[in-house]
Amino acid sequence: MVRSPFLSLSSPSHPASLPPTSCFLLSVGGDKKSKEETGDGLNRTFSVVALWLLHLLTVHFHSQTTTMLRLTAGRVGSLVARRATVALTTSSARMASHGHEVSEAADMSKPMYWDRREIPLPDKRYKDILTPADESLKEKEKGPWGQLSNEEKLALYRLSFCQTYPEMNQSSSEWKTVVAGVLYCIGLTGLVIIWQAAYVSPPAPRTLDAEWQAKQVKRMLDMRVSPIEGFAAKWDYEKGQWK
Amino acid sequence: MSLQKPLMRGLLAKRLRFHVPIAFALSMLAAVGWKYGVTEPRKQAYADFYKHYDAVKEFTGMREAGVFESVRPTGE
Repeated sequence: MVRSPFLSLSSPSHPASLPPTSCFLLSVGGDKKSKEETGDGLNRTFSVVALWLLHLLTVHFHSQTTTMLRLTAGRVGSLVARRATVALTTSSARMASHGHEVSEAADMSKPMYWDRREIPLPDKRYKDILTPADESLKEKEKGPWGQLSNEEKLALYRLSFCQTYPEMNQSSSEWKTVVAGVLYCIGLTGLVIIWQAAYVSPPAPRTLDAEWQAKQVKRMLDMRVSPIEGFAAKWDYEKGQWK
Repeated sequence: MSLQKPLMRGLLAKRLRFHVPIAFALSMLAAVGWKYGVTEPRKQAYADFYKHYDAVKEFTGMREAGVFESVRPTGE
């Protein structure tokens, strides 16, 4: 079955506007919602614990240790940070050491399903576990396709693929959030710079005073700086004014 | 339904045949524009400047203004 680039399949049972990662997550961990939720809860507590440990290691030990211990603490701290970032970023590809409460880790050595524009035919079918109805439909697919009804064709499509190309390519309003975030950060930076100008920067050098600058201009004109096409060329020496 | 066989060869030659004359023309235009827009006016400006240039007068002006270290203004 080839993924349809132009068809916009409307099947009532299928969530047409899925977030990009959910098809991958669903394809890996199955449609079992309960596992995802408990996994998220455990994820959150683990990350909190990890961050607390990191806080302990870096803040409380740093003032009392020799260089060696600080290095070790730093190394352990970075390890904890790595585990924390793993816990925070991945939710399906979890480590096997966590035990039985989480869904199985994605085995990246086996063929995987991807909803990507550049992969029209992913390495495996979307739905791994087929109901008996799906099985019978697959059997019917082996026969002449003219005998399949439109609903059956749609069902077969949705067995093999999660999203159609139009669904995959649908634009989101994410850019508004991005622009807002960028402008916000620029604004914050502006405030910081204003504060710096008031409290951090030293006084300006005397060469930027208006009086000094005027004397500088007079000296440049006396020296006839660029008298042909440049600076002094614009000064009228007879009248003593700019041309 | 059968599609027409796409072009397989001579793609670069075709692109060059189209783009190189345009590139040549634009480059020549840029060169001629620079010559008559920049270099000729500049040469004329230099010629005009030095046509009635009195070096001694300019030197005396600079000396009186006090910018030299080897000669001071005539008053001192």
